[in-house]
Amino acid sequence: MNKTIEQIRAEEKDWEANEVAQFLKKQAERKKEFFTLGDIPVKRTYTAADLENTPVEDIGLPGRYPFTRGPYPTMYRSRPWTMRQIAGFGTGEDTNVRFKFLIAQGQTGISTDFDMPTLMGYDSDHPMSEGEVGREGVAIDTLADMEALLDGIDLEKISVSLTINPTAWILLAMYIVLAEKRGYDLNKLSGTVQADILKEYMAQKEYIYPVAPSVRIVRDIITHCAKTMKRYNPINISGYHISEAGSSPLHEAAFTLANLIAYVEEVTKTGMHVDEFAPRLAFFFVCQADFFEEIAKFRALRRCYAKIMKERFGAKNPESMRLRFHCQTAAASLTKPQYMINVVRTGMQALAAVLGGCQSLHTNGYDEAFAIPTEDAMRMALRTQQIIAEETNVTQVIDPLGGSYFVESLTTEYENRIFEIIKEIDERGGAIKLMEEGWFQKHIADFAYETALRKQSGEKPVIGVNRFVDGTPDPEIHTHPYDKTTAERQIARTKRVRAGQDPKVMAALLEKLKAVAKDESQNIMPVTIELVRAGATMGDLVETLRTIWGTYRETPVY
Amino acid sequence: MTQPIRVLLAKVGLDGHDRGVRVVARTLRDAGMDVIYTGLHRTPEEVVNAAIQEDVDILGVSLLSGVQMTVFPKIFKLLAEKGVDDLIIVAGGVMPDEDVAELKKMGVAEVMLQDTPPDAIVKSLTALVTARGPR
Repeated sequence: MNKTIEQIRAEEKDWEANEVAQFLKKQAERKKEFFTLGDIPVKRTYTAADLENTPVEDIGLPGRYPFTRGPYPTMYRSRPWTMRQIAGFGTGEDTNVRFKFLIAQGQTGISTDFDMPTLMGYDSDHPMSEGEVGREGVAIDTLADMEALLDGIDLEKISVSLTINPTAWILLAMYIVLAEKRGYDLNKLSGTVQADILKEYMAQKEYIYPVAPSVRIVRDIITHCAKTMKRYNPINISGYHISEAGSSPLHEAAFTLANLIAYVEEVTKTGMHVDEFAPRLAFFFVCQADFFEEIAKFRALRRCYAKIMKERFGAKNPESMRLRFHCQTAAASLTKPQYMINVVRTGMQALAAVLGGCQSLHTNGYDEAFAIPTEDAMRMALRTQQIIAEETNVTQVIDPLGGSYFVESLTTEYENRIFEIIKEIDERGGAIKLMEEGWFQKHIADFAYETALRKQSGEKPVIGVNRFVDGTPDPEIHTHPYDKTTAERQIARTKRVRAGQDPKVMAALLEKLKAVAKDESQNIMPVTIELVRAGATMGDLVETLRTIWGTYRETPVY
Repeated sequence: MTQPIRVLLAKVGLDGHDRGVRVVARTLRDAGMDVIYTGLHRTPEEVVNAAIQEDVDILGVSLLSGVQMTVFPKIFKLLAEKGVDDLIIVAGGVMPDEDVAELKKMGVAEVMLQDTPPDAIVKSLTALVTARGPR
């Protein structure tokens, strides 16, 4: 028997008037209204009537448009997500030891964290690098460093993610030269370079040049890879940092797709058809604490992406419409007090990421509210993923929450709200313009401030901080030590490489780099690859281009 | 009428994590203090000079990149060279407990971590200025 929507609604009303009302007389609910972490109101319960605005074809099937239920038809039944713990500290050799440890523990992908000087384009011996060399990530100045980093790791068997943005194009060039030297077929090499500069201006604030030349570099990375590295992800369009900078999950999702639209517009302006590069666009999102909201967010993101690529950009190839994403649990949710409970938080978030259908996952270490993680914290984090993958059986059925009245309704709600925000961004002149006006930054700052006030008032419970505060001291924690010889060791190699440069060759190549930079119709990658091969340091390239493009400084909003 | 407390907030080094410093800036402004925020990627020299020129009561430096033990000694050295002894120095960010202890020994008046509530920051900064007395 099929009840009509009206009948279901009538029944719900009747239930509210009888069972619910009677129960409320005996005991009130904990709050008058309930909201998700992202401030979306939620009902007492959901019924089939709440799916009225969700057409069955929008739910669909895994691996089929609009990909709400997953990008692939078999998902984790074929292969679990890639377990990709990010790592990076000290020199290339130091991080190489951590990579090999993680691989030995069962990790299936590599992700590289770079130190601040590398991220910002300073060589290790630049005055701005003092105290920062190899501290929060690995220091890479030259090809020699990259060779040490990836020594003994088979790049055809394990994919490497380079988590880097303003200097991404130089790191990618190093990776390409290293692969050529080892004799790999570039078209067989998988991996990812983050290279998402727009979210840097928005949130993470790692940038060198003004917006226009920076976006042009990203365009060059995407078109170069589309032609020469068919399996490589040339960009990882990221919401993670938007969220960590303080945004709501909804804004994380909508702003990331606004950036996607800006990139696709830039690349298609070169005459490249969307189907030539879109299949390799990759994404990166956070998984925060609100379990069902995050799952709905991931499902809505897949659906929105599919519709944007098909309807807005005219993609024909289904691979251009399926959103694939890396996920990381929320570092900002970790606490110093009672730090071991971070394992539980991370486990819950990781489970939501898996139920949301992520393609790869990083679980945070329990010690990351203190410093970068130790081996022990990373092993625990990796084991958390392995338990989900191998003990819980959640990998057997694809999108097990598909069809849930609540999750489907929230997915559609997210979709509608995301498209409303994108419409507003379009009407206001697009992502790049709004970025320069600080529009996104203001939204992010507002929600960050709200969150701080809610934590203070207890409206947002944080166990160990504003709930269940325990006076007993936590067990002593051993944080990751910083090896004081790092800078010395690193700078010695950079100087050695620099001494080996042929000044004439370098001068000619740097002139060529300038000429290419000034001519927007050219691609910056080939000359960068030549420079890296000739032993150029990252600073050589960055400083040369600074003379043409200048340095970006933001006007902060708060 | 008493003068509002003047605070210079700064990010030093290459670190771009500015969520905390912006929340603090807004909190202090809403509490009636005069707040100047330098923005990102400043050097210790720039920050100390700005604090002197702006004649602030408090200099707050936010760091989430682990370079606190490089940056703060430099700031104190610069202040000593310039003969400044009445500027209150506070730190904010993510850092290990042993560094917090070291910073306090060095002369950092307060260290605000990721879980420090906004009201507690206003309270402790106000108390620090009261304890210093009028200049």
